[in-house]
Formats: sequence, C-alpha cells, structure tokens
Amino acid sequence: MLTRAQHLSGAPPSLPLSIGLACHVRLSYTVNHMVQYPASRLDASFGALSDATRRGVLERLGRSDASITDLATDFQMTLTGMRKHVGVLEQAGLVTTRKVGRVRTCRLGPRRLEDETAWIEQQRRMWDARFDALEQVVAERRREEQSDGYPKRR
Amino acid sequence: MDIRSAAETTATQDRATIERTSERELVVTRTIDGPRDVVFQAWTDAELFEQWWVPKSLGMKLLSCEIDARVGGGYRLTFDTGAAEPMAFYGRYLEVRPPSRLVWTNEEGDGDTVVTTVTFADEDGRTRLVVNDRYPTKEALDEAIASGATSWNDETFDQLDEILRRLATSGH
Repeated sequence: MLTRAQHLSGAPPSLPLSIGLACHVRLSYTVNHMVQYPASRLDASFGALSDATRRGVLERLGRSDASITDLATDFQMTLTGMRKHVGVLEQAGLVTTRKVGRVRTCRLGPRRLEDETAWIEQQRRMWDARFDALEQVVAERRREEQSDGYPKRR
Repeated sequence: MDIRSAAETTATQDRATIERTSERELVVTRTIDGPRDVVFQAWTDAELFEQWWVPKSLGMKLLSCEIDARVGGGYRLTFDTGAAEPMAFYGRYLEVRPPSRLVWTNEEGDGDTVVTTVTFADEDGRTRLVVNDRYPTKEALDEAIASGATSWNDETFDQLDEILRRLATSGH
C-alpha cells in the first residue's frame, strides 16, 4: 500500500517545492553543512546539542516560541536550570531570547537563517541536475524527430 | 560561487536560479537548450518526463509515473526512497496550454496545496523556464523552508551523534 509522503518522511504536511523531492536530501545536507562551520562555532553547537534536554528545547521551539517558564514547566525543571540550558543554546546561536516586561521569550536563533540559505542552495543544485537531464532528453528527442521525419509516439 | 560548478558551465548552459519572490512563492528559473514545443512535451509525456525528473544524484528511484496532462487530468509518481513502502506524489492539472504554460496542484500535503506554475518562453530557439511554487500561506512556505533547513528530529540527532563520535575519536 502506498503511504502519503509526510507519514513516511516525518515531514510536516507542506512539502518543500514541487513534488516534494527536497525533503529527502535535506538531512544529510544539513549535517554536512554544519561540519563546514569554524571549529569554535562547531564546538559551541555540538556542546549545546550534546544534552538531551537542550535538544528537546530546540524541538519544542521548532513548534512555537516559548517563555523560560513554559519550557521549565514542559521539561519539569527549575527556572534556574532552564535558564542555564537556554543560555548554552543562546551562546551557540541556536536560540535567541527577548525580554518583554517580566517574560523572557525564546525562539530558534540566527543559525536557522544560515541553514535556510543552505537549503535554498541545495534546492538550486537539485533543479540544475534535473534541468541538465531535461536538456539531454530534449536533445535526444530532437535527434529522433529529425531522423524519423515525424515525432515517434508510443 | 562554487568553482567547480562555474567551470562546468558552458556557453549554452545556464545555472538555475532560485528565489523567494514573495511571502508565498518560490521561483526557479533556467534556460534550456531546445525549442519550447519539445521542452513542453518533456514535461507532459510520461515516457520523457520519467527520464529527467529524478536525476541520479538525488539517490531516489522513480518506480512509476502516470501523467494525464489535460485540464482536470492528474499525475501520480511513486518513488523508492529506501524506506519500506514507496512514496507517492500526486495532483491535478489546472491549466495546460502547449507550449507555453502548465499549472498543477501538489496534493500530498493535507489541505496545504502547493500550486506549481511552469511557463515556457521562447528565447531565440531556446526555452526560458520559470517554475513558480505558490504556497497557500506565508506560514506554509516558512514551515517548508524551516523543515528543510532545521529538521530537529531523531534522524538528524542520530547523524549528529555519529559526527560527535567521529570527532571524539579523531582527538578533536
């Protein structure tokens, strides 16, 4: 039985670009891209990601922004403990925080923007590969038409 | 940008550009070396389409490809992605105007239908292609990009774990 795309890939309902091909190349690319970061940045990122709670916080913020209090509640942790984790994520550029009144709101950080640029470039390369193949098919088709004198049909 | 890619680019071959042109649109453009009636045919004839839509470098195999390129007609593609079950992509054609314009829906996402418009413009015997993906909302496109860019899921972290292990053993 065929399964709908998002159920298999775990991707959200809206698939990136036409006919969703992009979602399959993104994981390996994201990781490769991260490896190219300067070592100090890399250490900070990996240090931040080496903790299960902090990874959970990133997943949580991927769904929506949240206050430190929300996060502390979600992860059954003291405010001080959660502040520390958020601090580490903030240092690595994975999370940004903003204080309005007495509430500090956390969201995914600027690293996300760099990754978006990488995603766009990855998409572009995919389309280039696709268009190269299209060009070959078109050239072949033209040769067939010229030698047959009329288009070959099924 | 990339030295290798630039060197490979010949006089007759452009590189594709991709741009978010509005809150809801992503646009890919490139010029193809060939007349637009043949290029258009390559988008609407399943036998031709399946030869180029999934380039080998994607690491996926197209299992089946059905195209009924008429207004109200549909398409359905299935892929082998290495997962247990094949993955299906499908939608309907909203506009079919050979050799200049093709519009279809991408219906695999629940309720969030992306509409793809492809225009084929003649450029001295070559074909300027503009592929426009229009998302239902700004949020849908944001989400598509974010999910591709930062997919904080188990698989990503498994891969990160592997890298961390490699770095640790290499004395990093």
